[in-house]
Order: sequence, then C-alpha cells, then structure tokens
Amino acid sequence: MLLDLVARLGRTTLGLIRAAGALTLFALSGLSHIVRPPFYGRVFLSTFLETGFFSLPVVALTALFSGGVIALQSYTGFAQYHVQSAIAGIVVLAVTRELGPVLAGLMVAGRVGAAMAAEIGTMRVTDQVDALSTLSTSPMKYLVAPRLLAGIIALPLLVMVADVLGVAGGFTVSVVKLGFSPHAYITATLNSVKVIDVTVGLVKAALFGFLIALMGCYYGYNSKGGAEGVGTATTSAVVAASILLLAFDYLLTDLFFSQ
Amino acid sequence: MTGITPKIRIRDLHKSFGSKKVLDGINLDVMPGTSFVIIGGSGSGKSVLLRCILGLITPDAGSIEIDGEDMLNATPRRQDALRGKIGMLFQNGALFDSLPVWENVTFGLLALKRITRKDARSHAGSILAQVGLDPSVGELYPSELSGGMQKRVGLARAIAAQPDILFFDEPTTGLDPIMGAVIDGLIVDCVKKLGSTAIAITHDMASAQRIGDEAAMLYKGQLIWQGPASSLMDSGNPMVDQFTHGRREGPITMELRR
Repeated sequence: MLLDLVARLGRTTLGLIRAAGALTLFALSGLSHIVRPPFYGRVFLSTFLETGFFSLPVVALTALFSGGVIALQSYTGFAQYHVQSAIAGIVVLAVTRELGPVLAGLMVAGRVGAAMAAEIGTMRVTDQVDALSTLSTSPMKYLVAPRLLAGIIALPLLVMVADVLGVAGGFTVSVVKLGFSPHAYITATLNSVKVIDVTVGLVKAALFGFLIALMGCYYGYNSKGGAEGVGTATTSAVVAASILLLAFDYLLTDLFFSQ
Repeated sequence: MTGITPKIRIRDLHKSFGSKKVLDGINLDVMPGTSFVIIGGSGSGKSVLLRCILGLITPDAGSIEIDGEDMLNATPRRQDALRGKIGMLFQNGALFDSLPVWENVTFGLLALKRITRKDARSHAGSILAQVGLDPSVGELYPSELSGGMQKRVGLARAIAAQPDILFFDEPTTGLDPIMGAVIDGLIVDCVKKLGSTAIAITHDMASAQRIGDEAAMLYKGQLIWQGPASSLMDSGNPMVDQFTHGRREGPITMELRR
C-alpha cells in the first residue's frame, strides 16, 4: 500500500521532470531558431498582426473598463478615510505595474495562444508538420520561431496601449461619475507615473508574450489523435499559459518591487 | 544486380512504440529506377517504415542507406540533404491550409531558393499542368478542392523539385475507382518522366499492380513476401493470397478487441 503510493508519487515526479525538460528543450530550440537563418518574414508578419493588431480591441476594452473599476472601487474604500485624492496614483500604479500586462496577457492567451495551439495542432495531426520536413523546411524555424518572436514584440506594444487606456478609464470614471477636476486628476496622474513601473510592466509583457506563444506552439506541436487531441492541446495551452503568466508575474513583482 | 548500389538499403530495422513492435527486423533493397510497392493491412507498419526512411521517426535499431549513405548516422545537415532527394505524397495530401495551391506546389523550391516568388506562380502552373490540373487552380486554397484534386496537388508538390526518390502513402485511399486509376496513371507517368525510384504503400491491389514493378508484403512488422508486382494475385504465399483476395478465412487473423 505504502510502496504503491511511493511508486505513484515517483512516477508523477519523474513525469513532471520529463515534461519540464521537454518544454525547456523546446523553448531553447525555438529561441535559437529566432537568431539563425533562414528567417520567415511573412510568417512573422502575419503572426505579429494576429497577435498584436487584431488583439487591440479586446485588450483596449479590457484595460478601459478595468481602469474604471479600479477608480470606482478605490473611491469606495478611500472615501472612508478622506484620501480620495490618491485615486489617480492608485489607478496609474495598478494599471502600469499589474493590470496592463496581466490582463493583456490573459486576453492574448485566450485569443492567440489558443489559435496557435489549434493551428499547429491541426497541422500536426494532418501531417502538415511532417510535410514541412520533407520540403527542406524546419518546422521549428517555420512555425515556432516566428510565433515566439511575434509574442515577445507584440505584447509590450499592446501593454503600452493598455496602460494608456487603463488610465483613461480611471480618468473618465473619476471625472464623469465621481466629480474630480480633470486638471487635478491629470496632474496627479503625471506625478504618480514612474518610469520603473512602466518599464517593468513592459518587461513582464515581453515575458508573457513569450510564454503564451511557447505554450501555444508546444502543445500544438505535440498534439496527437485528431480533433480531440487538438482540442486538448488548445485547452492545455491556454490553461498552462495563464498559470505560468500569473506565477511569473508574482516572481517578477517580487524581484523588482519587494523591499 | 551485383555492383549496383541500391537507391535505398534497409538492414535489420526495428521500431517499437511502448510494448508494441511495429517493425521487426526489416531488410529491403530498392534498386534505382524501380517502382516498389509495399502492401499490408492497417497497422502493419507501412507508414512507420516510410517515416523511418524519411527521418521523421527514429528507429530503435538497424540501418537505412540512401545512395549508399547512412541516413541515421549522418549529420543533421547531411540528413536534410538526403531528405531533399525525396518527394512525398501524403495519404491525406497534407497540403498547407493557409497557403494557396501555387504556394503549396512551389513550397520546396522556394525553401531551397531554387526559384523566386516572382516566378513561382507561373512555375506552379506548369507543374499543375503535368498532373492534369488547370493553372488557374493555383489561385485556390486546399479547402476549395475535391479529394482527387487535393491528391493531384499533393503529387504536383511531391514532383516539383524533381526528386530522385518518390514516396506515395496510400495514394488512392478515399478516391473513387476511376479517380484512383487516374492518380495511379499520373504517378506512373511522373515516375517514368523523372526517372525516379518510387516506393508506394497501399492496400489497394489494383493500385499496387498499376504502380509497382516489384512488391512486398508487410505483416506484423516483418516482410513476409517479396516478388514481382504482377504476381501479387497469385504469389503462392497463403498470407499474401488471403490478403490480396480479401478472404476472411486464412492464416491472417484479425486481432479484434472485445
């Protein structure tokens, strides 16, 4: 009974180590192909557009409403202590440090990470990935490297937009609903913006973009068994990317901001 | 035949997936210019054998030589070069959904920089004509094609780089008998025109006889018979005879799970 338990625990641990090793090797291989020719500019551009440009509406709306919610909730709490003037600072801090990168990351993970896993997974189960190999083309170079690069570049750009719109959401709610003076709010916001907050937010975004693309590519590339396998790969890619994103968000926050 | 290096030489090839032995000591010589057909039931290891030769699956043991060069122990760059000698028609076509037909057909040539994108469209048209398709088909996407047209485009893609070796994985599966015969005819024409060596795997006996000069049967991971494709229907081997005539009774028993 006890031996069975130990054996099961051992098998699970070995499985986890094996999976982590496989993922690490896949990531290193993908990264190495980013810097080694040939480069597939067309694939990169179309993935970049899909990841960045076409994710703009969903990221913009999420950031706008989240900024508004932060302003509203802060007001509810701060009004008790008569420190409503801190709302602008709270909004800008929350948006640039956390909400911008995390919400944009989660939105892109659901939208683009899933699409990557589904596309590559379908290519895998219909032999298109093998066909690439028979046509003198490395699937890692053609499918994975451009997507990783697109994720790394597109997410920080999206987060810049999310930062601006998040603050704009807070501004709109504060001025229109809570009766703040526009001039005072903007002044308070500008006084609260810190370069380090925005920079760390963008660094986080680049890492999140990499993680989202990595999970999409990894699960898609290793999918098996037809439509069901592609479905599983898609779900796994989104779940794994979301969890990793939040875990790395904590680690980076701890690294840069803990006293 | 002595003195001529086989185009493909396979010795004692083994491959298992978990506890299931898929290839169990395959020995095979395919001479230059030969059309070789491998028949066998579903799950007998035919596709795995082709994928091992292509380097898509790594065998557990044995050797594979292409033009006398060891494929398995070659450097990755050399493996790519050897793989470049092979054109492959996949069972379901495996056309790239996101690319138009002309780009599918010239994909390998563009990858090898043997053609510019500017010339690729017109070049694709001439290759499509070789497989009986109108050049205007080049502007369509794979999802807009019928099964037979997809096979033809797959064939056009396989022959585009004029490879020394052509592989055909179940070329007539899913096609009606007339379209199957048309595809077989195109395969024979292309192989003759290019002077290529061909390996086809199939369980379509009519197709096997139309395409093949020589044939072999794979059963439970072993080659149990080899001979002229013309003698497939009366090989004298009870297993081959049962398979080619589609008899229920005989030495081959289907493993059914209850």
